[in-house]
Amino acid sequence: MKGKNLRDVAILGVGHTKFGRSPEKSLMDLFGEAALEAIRTSNIERGMIEAVFVGQHVGELTDGISNFAPFAAAEIGLAGVPAVRVEGACASSSVAFREAYLLIAAGVYDVVLVGGVERLLSAGTAIGTRALATSADGVYEFNAGLTFPGIFAMAAILYSKKYGIPLDELREKMAHVSIKNHGYAALNPKAQFYGKYGDLKVEDVLSSRMIAYPLTLLDCCPMTDGAAAVVLAEASIAEKHVEKPIYVLGTGQSSAGGIYRQRDVTVPMSRVRSCKMAFEQAGLTPEDVDVVELHDCFTIAEIIASEAMGFFEFGEGADAVAEGKTKIGGKVAINPSGGLIGKGHPVGATGVSQIYAIVKQLRNEMEPRELQVHNAKIGMTDTLGGDFGTICNIILSTERRGEA
Amino acid sequence: MGKLTFKAYFDALREGKLLGLKCKACGKVTCPPMSVCQECGADELEVVEMKNSGVIKTFTVIHVAPAGLENEAPYVVCEVETDDGPWLVGRLDIKPEEASIELVGRRVTITGQELPPERHYPDKERRVVPLFKLA
Repeated sequence: MKGKNLRDVAILGVGHTKFGRSPEKSLMDLFGEAALEAIRTSNIERGMIEAVFVGQHVGELTDGISNFAPFAAAEIGLAGVPAVRVEGACASSSVAFREAYLLIAAGVYDVVLVGGVERLLSAGTAIGTRALATSADGVYEFNAGLTFPGIFAMAAILYSKKYGIPLDELREKMAHVSIKNHGYAALNPKAQFYGKYGDLKVEDVLSSRMIAYPLTLLDCCPMTDGAAAVVLAEASIAEKHVEKPIYVLGTGQSSAGGIYRQRDVTVPMSRVRSCKMAFEQAGLTPEDVDVVELHDCFTIAEIIASEAMGFFEFGEGADAVAEGKTKIGGKVAINPSGGLIGKGHPVGATGVSQIYAIVKQLRNEMEPRELQVHNAKIGMTDTLGGDFGTICNIILSTERRGEA
Repeated sequence: MGKLTFKAYFDALREGKLLGLKCKACGKVTCPPMSVCQECGADELEVVEMKNSGVIKTFTVIHVAPAGLENEAPYVVCEVETDDGPWLVGRLDIKPEEASIELVGRRVTITGQELPPERHYPDKERRVVPLFKLA
């Protein structure tokens, strides 16, 4: 990416609804709640916001709305500003964040609000599963009835055969992703499973209901209602309004076609490229990263991501999680918020929710304190849309570029 | 759109013919159809009939199906590497309870199966899916 002349950009305030089931709140109610919290904690006049970007995946199917962005801007008193909906499946709001970042960095805007929202739990499992399937290939994958758990179930089989790990052994190692992430989510008041499943055993994961063999219910993230939002600004503006601006050091994004064209999805090339782009822009390597929120839509997905992002060698991610290397205090802390599996996955909101979690970590404000990664200075997000079709990565820091 | 529409591809598959697009530049075959060669990106392609055979690379058993397909579950979905090179997603013609990791590497033949259309599926008349049978 040509990035030499880009301006520094930083995050001011952040907002996040309680993830879970919200039948009483519309998409717009959820968006408004997160957006106003982000604006309030930015200490800016609302009129300073020049544009609104919203990540929103399947409002057409869950809530009967596609043209969400202008209503969203109007909802928070910003009718008149350019308002853009960004659709990138589960990575929608990460892509929205990156577009807003690039426009501020390029000097087009100074202050932008980025949000994301989805309402999948209230839609019910059948509608939710159909809605999510729209982010795979609608012709050549959907015709066979392939679902998202099915896509990652097939990835787990490929992983088992490729690295010669017997499937039963791999399933036990995968279970540790669920145990870890549910363990953190049980402590996180914003999480869908707050206060639940904090003490899972391997056997609990293996014996829960089969969704797509070999993935059980506890290998999967849930359907979730929720929203998240952040305010982004040119760095000097951010420094005037908040005590601890969190700087964007690097971003990456990549794309891919159907899984049948990608073939070996245990090494997703879209993710390898996106991470390379983000690390190059930031001038950093995976060893520099203290805390990560990555796309654990399924247990095997966290393992594949932890390798493709460069934290572990290919084929070693399953052992790494089973050995505790991805816990808080391990080699690299992965998903201390509880991740998608424990915190929940309101698709369009997930990318900004990950950014919210990293911002809290880098400000040393993570609550409760057991979830705080000690002395975290550099954090990274990873969001996957579809079956590796869209990947977006964001690297954040407590210091400006070149000062870290 | 390339030389082979999704409709023409599935109409042929329903008759048991697997069509692909052979690249005039690199000689490799693209399937399912797309606008350029999936291997080298060239756009000079010709329709060819592929061999109806391949090897299972991975599989899953879908227990929770999307809305519209609930009556079909449980069913076995797999990816097959065809003998001409491209990978395909399709259904495997076995009982779900017979599916195990031993399927990986097994040879299959490839035909087409017609299933009921679904509200959002692009072909409003029928939904054809590659059907793999253990050889």
